[in-house]
Amino acid sequence: MEQIIQSFFNIDIIIAASPFLLKGFGMTVLLCLVVIPLGLFGGLTLALLSTAKNRIVKWLVVIYVDFFRAFPPLVLLIFIYFGVPFMGIDLPAFVAVALGFMLNTSSYYGEIFRAGIESIPRGQSEGARSTGLSAIQTLTYVIVPQATRNVIPDLISNTLEVVKLTSIASVVALPELLYAARQAQSVTYNATPIMFAGLIYLICLWPIVRLLSRFEHKRVALH
Amino acid sequence: MWNKFVFNYFNWEVMAQYLPKMVEGFFLTIQLALAVVVTGILSGLFLALIRAFRLRPINFIIILFVDVLRALPPLVIIIMFYFALPSIGIRMSGFVATWLSLSLVLTAFAEEIFWAGILAIPKGQWEASRSTGMTFVQTLVNVVLPQAVRITIPPLTNRTIAITKGTALGAVVAVGEILNQAQTGLTFSYNASPLTMGAIAYLILFFPVVTFGRWVETRFAWKR
Repeated sequence: MEQIIQSFFNIDIIIAASPFLLKGFGMTVLLCLVVIPLGLFGGLTLALLSTAKNRIVKWLVVIYVDFFRAFPPLVLLIFIYFGVPFMGIDLPAFVAVALGFMLNTSSYYGEIFRAGIESIPRGQSEGARSTGLSAIQTLTYVIVPQATRNVIPDLISNTLEVVKLTSIASVVALPELLYAARQAQSVTYNATPIMFAGLIYLICLWPIVRLLSRFEHKRVALH
Repeated sequence: MWNKFVFNYFNWEVMAQYLPKMVEGFFLTIQLALAVVVTGILSGLFLALIRAFRLRPINFIIILFVDVLRALPPLVIIIMFYFALPSIGIRMSGFVATWLSLSLVLTAFAEEIFWAGILAIPKGQWEASRSTGMTFVQTLVNVVLPQAVRITIPPLTNRTIAITKGTALGAVVAVGEILNQAQTGLTFSYNASPLTMGAIAYLILFFPVVTFGRWVETRFAWKR
């Protein structure tokens, strides 16, 4: 017991490492603030493109989405960060991470938005058009707001996954929470910073997990 | 420009040199993925069945376990197992750490999905089977579970695919799977072709799986 406390919950080390970890946490928050809106925007664009009448466009969207869903995000990130510089283009870690996440998460968000748009009955669109709204107005004011409301649980669930996923940025030395924790561990020779980082993730994300659990049970109860 | 591109990303010499290693990594990824899928889904199902007995203290522990594993990033769990546990004398290989972490994560998600499926079965089904003289366990296993599993297939398939792709995280703790082999190849040859091969290997492995997931989604829609 003594040893577990010494190695995992060492108060002295928490105090020493916390400024460092807080900085990492700040970077994680910043990363989320950049990556989530990018993903949402990209996803909505993909979903709107997939409503196009043009078969080739639809088909291209499906290929894009499946392509990036087939790649593990870490592989994509490594490819961008270590592979692209061979073309003489040097990307800062933050840009590489933002780009990789945008490609990956937009395909997941895209699938969610598409399901939402498909859940809106045709009559809504016909009704809106018959009142004189243009196609774009129909999408903006009638279809997208209802579609989004229908898929809010899935959007939150995917956002939770995106937040957790930002931890892979540590692999390309972006100083976010997990990276800071590992640095602190190698300096102090003690695992407390890693446990502490885990605790921070837990405290921040647990409420979201609870909320999602509620949603899931409610959705099932509606059957 | 084109020549430089081909030289750096599709260099046949480098590719031929690292092909055996990549094949090795490919099969290790498959092994790891299968181990995770089997362990994760079976233990998730087991936990959901236990939860169906509705014993308060046990259910509290299950919910706690599931919540914690859903809130922690998989990479953090892997790093805890591989880099933190040795300081209290528990050592494991990178393969075991990755397998264990991803299995636990999949267990948590699978439990939630199976449990939602069990809850979705109308009470009348329970009552009717109990009234025919079936025991609680018989009802659960023979009546409720088969119906519950059917509706859980689409969400479970998608979640399983997403978690299985996490095998790439094993590269961080020196598991010689595809990504790790590709990175090693890149470092030694100072050429990006091993990475291209790795990317292709993942596409070969997961593109059919993702397409399969899409098919499952339309075949067994959540609403019957």
